[in-house]
Amino acid sequence: MGSEVTAFSDFLHDTIIFLPVLLKGLGVTILLTGCSLVFSLVLGLGWALMTLSGNAWLSAISKTVVNVIRGIPIIVQLFYVYFVLPEIGVQLAPFAAGAFGLGLAYSAYQAENFRGGFEAVDRQLVEAGRSLGMSESTIFRRIIFPLGLRTALPSFGNTTVMMLKDSSIASTITIAELTRAGQLLAIATFKNGTVYTLIALLYLMASLPLAAGVRAMERKLSRR
Amino acid sequence: MITLEKVAKSFGDLQVLKDISFTVARGEVACLIGPSGSGKSTALRCINGLEVYDGGVIQVDGQRVGAENLPSIRRRIAMVFQRFNLFPHRTVIENIIEGPVFSLGKPVAEAREMGMDLLEKVEMADKATSYPAELSGGQQQRVGIARALAMQPEAILFDEPTSALDPERVGEVLNVMRELASDGMTMIVVTHEMRFARDVADKAIFMADGYVVESGPAVEVLTRPQQERTRQFLDRILALD
Ligand SMILES: Nc1ncnc2c1ncn2[C@@H]1O[C@H](COP(=O)(O)OP(=O)(O)O)[C@@H](O)[C@H]1O
Ligand SMILES: [Mg+2]
Repeated sequence: MGSEVTAFSDFLHDTIIFLPVLLKGLGVTILLTGCSLVFSLVLGLGWALMTLSGNAWLSAISKTVVNVIRGIPIIVQLFYVYFVLPEIGVQLAPFAAGAFGLGLAYSAYQAENFRGGFEAVDRQLVEAGRSLGMSESTIFRRIIFPLGLRTALPSFGNTTVMMLKDSSIASTITIAELTRAGQLLAIATFKNGTVYTLIALLYLMASLPLAAGVRAMERKLSRR
Repeated sequence: MITLEKVAKSFGDLQVLKDISFTVARGEVACLIGPSGSGKSTALRCINGLEVYDGGVIQVDGQRVGAENLPSIRRRIAMVFQRFNLFPHRTVIENIIEGPVFSLGKPVAEAREMGMDLLEKVEMADKATSYPAELSGGQQQRVGIARALAMQPEAILFDEPTSALDPERVGEVLNVMRELASDGMTMIVVTHEMRFARDVADKAIFMADGYVVESGPAVEVLTRPQQERTRQFLDRILALD
């Protein structure tokens, strides 16, 4: 009984010391997730637009790229960006390489999210736009894009949660995000249990509100 | 002003329109009637190019309807859909000004002013800032009609505008259409509302199996049909009324 109380007070004591370091790591994790999210969305929208462009060449290119990206482990893509690109003269700082690599890897999934959203838009609304004399590009801008985005919002949210967790892969290219910050702490202090419990809790704290946000969005959208 | 001449249209192996010819003059109201699956919607959709017809010719004021002039044809001929097809992400007034602003290039303020007048006309002004999902079917369809009118079209095509409505909501939509007809709007209406057709239409066109079986003055066709097919159809429809 007595030793358990001591163990718990040790845990609290260590937590107070470790937390500032880990919170700093969490900050990097969130920043990295944010940067790679933006990059993946821009690139993913590009792939989706190419696929749906109706141009056989563009569509073939984007489909190939998406399949290649999806077929390669994220960690290998990160290593490629960080270790191989410098050999052809593209030297990126670790954080930039991480954001670029993760963004690239996830752009394939974002492309699917976009495509799924756009294709789910009711064809009859597209016809309503046509019957108003709208051009196909206006129809995309005014009808397909906003409605498709709305449909895809939950998928974007889920993908963001996955990106948050997978950003831990960036620890392998020396980025001091949450997992790496924790690893260094654990190695220095041998307090594996405390450190990895705290890391797990911090990831949960970051991802649970995100998941709740997605559900709130879904509820709000389904009312219209 | 709208002329179909020997129009044919197939979906793959299925020839839906075999030989459709009729004319609707400016200011005329024509009702297109016929059994389900006889190609009424397809004929209507060919007129504003939502479907590409593959035989014969359709003309609007002497201009042939074809891929090269679809936007211009569509800006002159509006359409009202069975399922309303309002844009769910836009308010009522935004639905109304969507065409004038983003197709015709009108200034927003001007489009909005005209839009509010149209909403007065269909008695929906108090719902201008509501979303379609907040409206009843009858209200949505009246907005659908206002959206069509906002294009200041020369003619309006109606594809079963009251079929998706609760029975008690049908009247309010037909009343708006009656008013349009008396204002002199050129209208082609696919409908099963025989009383409306008799009272309002100048002309009735009975279609079956991809052909125009019978057409002429509405009262003639609807009360003294010459063809056996027409008679059978009308008997069946009127028995349901
Ligand atoms: N896009 C399409 N592809 C294939 N078949 C179609 C399509 N649109 C309509 N059809 C078929 O054409 C026939 C006529 O349809 P439609 O014009 O909607 O008839 P109506 O409006 O008189 O009920 C039906 O058999 C229908 O299944
Ligand atoms: Mg139909």
